[in-house]
Amino acid sequence: MLSEKARQEIRTLCQQYPSHQSGLLAALYVAQQEYGGWLPPEALDEVATLMGLPATYVASAASFYTMFHRKPVGHHRIEVCTNISCSLLGADHLLAYLSRKLGIQVGETTPDGQFTLLEVECLGSCGTAPVIKIDDQYYENLTEEKVDHILDRITTGKGRAS
Amino acid sequence: MTGMQTKVLLRNIGVPNSHEIETYLSRGGYQALQKALREHQPAEVVRIVADSGLRGRGGAGFPTGRKWMFLPKGVYPRYLICNADEGEPGTFKDRVLMEHDPHGVIEGIAIASYACEVHQAFIYLRGEYELSYHRLRDAIVQASERGFLGKNILGTGYDLDVHIVRGAGSYVCGEETALLSSLEGKRGHPKLKPPFPATEGLYRKPTIVNNVETLFNVPFIVEHGAEWYRQWGTERSPGLKLFCVSGHVERPGTYELPMGTPMRTLIDDLCGGPRDGIPLKAIIPGGSSTPMMPAEVALQTNLDYESIFEAGSLLGAGAVIVINEKTCIVRTTHRLAGFYRHESCGKCIPCREGTDWMYKILHRIEHGQGRTEDLDLLLDICDNIAEKSFCPLGDAAVGPVRSSLTHFREEYEFHVSEKRCLVDG
Repeated sequence: MLSEKARQEIRTLCQQYPSHQSGLLAALYVAQQEYGGWLPPEALDEVATLMGLPATYVASAASFYTMFHRKPVGHHRIEVCTNISCSLLGADHLLAYLSRKLGIQVGETTPDGQFTLLEVECLGSCGTAPVIKIDDQYYENLTEEKVDHILDRITTGKGRAS
Repeated sequence: MTGMQTKVLLRNIGVPNSHEIETYLSRGGYQALQKALREHQPAEVVRIVADSGLRGRGGAGFPTGRKWMFLPKGVYPRYLICNADEGEPGTFKDRVLMEHDPHGVIEGIAIASYACEVHQAFIYLRGEYELSYHRLRDAIVQASERGFLGKNILGTGYDLDVHIVRGAGSYVCGEETALLSSLEGKRGHPKLKPPFPATEGLYRKPTIVNNVETLFNVPFIVEHGAEWYRQWGTERSPGLKLFCVSGHVERPGTYELPMGTPMRTLIDDLCGGPRDGIPLKAIIPGGSSTPMMPAEVALQTNLDYESIFEAGSLLGAGAVIVINEKTCIVRTTHRLAGFYRHESCGKCIPCREGTDWMYKILHRIEHGQGRTEDLDLLLDICDNIAEKSFCPLGDAAVGPVRSSLTHFREEYEFHVSEKRCLVDG
């Protein structure tokens, strides 16, 4: 269930726009946050009810956008850009390295629920390739050593590493 | 080397706390807005921007002032949308502006909104750009506190609210009508044109959609005049442009240059030439959807719309992707085909099916299972996507496939006959 705070936030967001339906993506972000980083069917239903939209409509819209996850994700999402500029500078090797290091395939989550490894399209950081995004943070000009350092910092609870 | 760059648009980048309003004001920020509001009628601002010859920096290069003049007289409300859904692979200039000079973006939006008689503007920001979101959000708050946004701006009676709308991962939403669908809370499907957004856009009201960099140019033009702006560039491509360079150069990054600057100046002088001295094979001059050029051809061109077009490609968003001779063109094209297949919205058949077929065929060629007839089959599919798709995404998907087959056909033939890569030896 969405918390009352989240429900209120969604109502407020929708009032910002000339048409309240314009708040749909923002509402889905709020719901995704509440549900631990993904949107189970009940979350979509709740958003639909709250916004007065058909449930199928909301599910259809949500499924269009890659940043709305429709299956559970780990505590941290590691998104590796493998588009052209990053792949020219070794992103494929970096992705393979992360896959080996974490012991999971792309799209999977580590058994402890800590990390989900995702391959994503261009993150708009081509001048500092290769780049990965972990949760809301970009990490640029990466090497395997830098990736080790970043993951160590995150797993030991020291937070972000630059 | 940076001394060779013109620093107008990027003048605040690298200044400490460039994103804060105090910094922006101390460097002359918001003076153009004051000038526009106090000294000009909206139509005069439109005229100044039209006279400057500024062309849309999102990729299409449409004259900005002319777009604004398409607004139907007497129809209100009107909306302005800052297209910050920067998603073209190779492009990152808008992110640089939004993260490091967000007030420049806001001032551009405010002046453009005044010119277009808009009282509600939106920034449609790609979902991944978290820092841009925070910087723009803070900038809106700061600008509102100082009276540059909100009710009765600077006591002139002009009102403007700016909202940020976050996308959620969809390349096609950078196309202006798909963006409108998304902003209306729908799947990001493009809409039929005409009606063009200027006539019937957001909520079926007249709407101007301009790219971040386009709007960022506006305060400079309004403050210093159209003639001042035309001191740079060519007659048909006036002004300054941001170029994003990525791939195999020593110093990739964002560079500001007058339109018409030789490509060689950008690649060799500013970016330090080929990375590790490895000779170049190809250059994609304007972002992943613009046709790939043999490096020796690209290096003979100048960086303006007309020169690049005459040389067989497009300036696009000014995203220069540099590829050296150790790179497999088939693998690179295969990766791009995968991107367009993923991003095709599924609305129209040529793009939906065509991008899937192109990807599958490239996949089998890349994996040593290609057939000789596949090369012409790919070109045939290109012909059936290009100019037959509902929106420009189909044409974009064709760009790398057709151009790589034209210029580097021998690499494809080697893959097919030898079942391995020419580059790997």
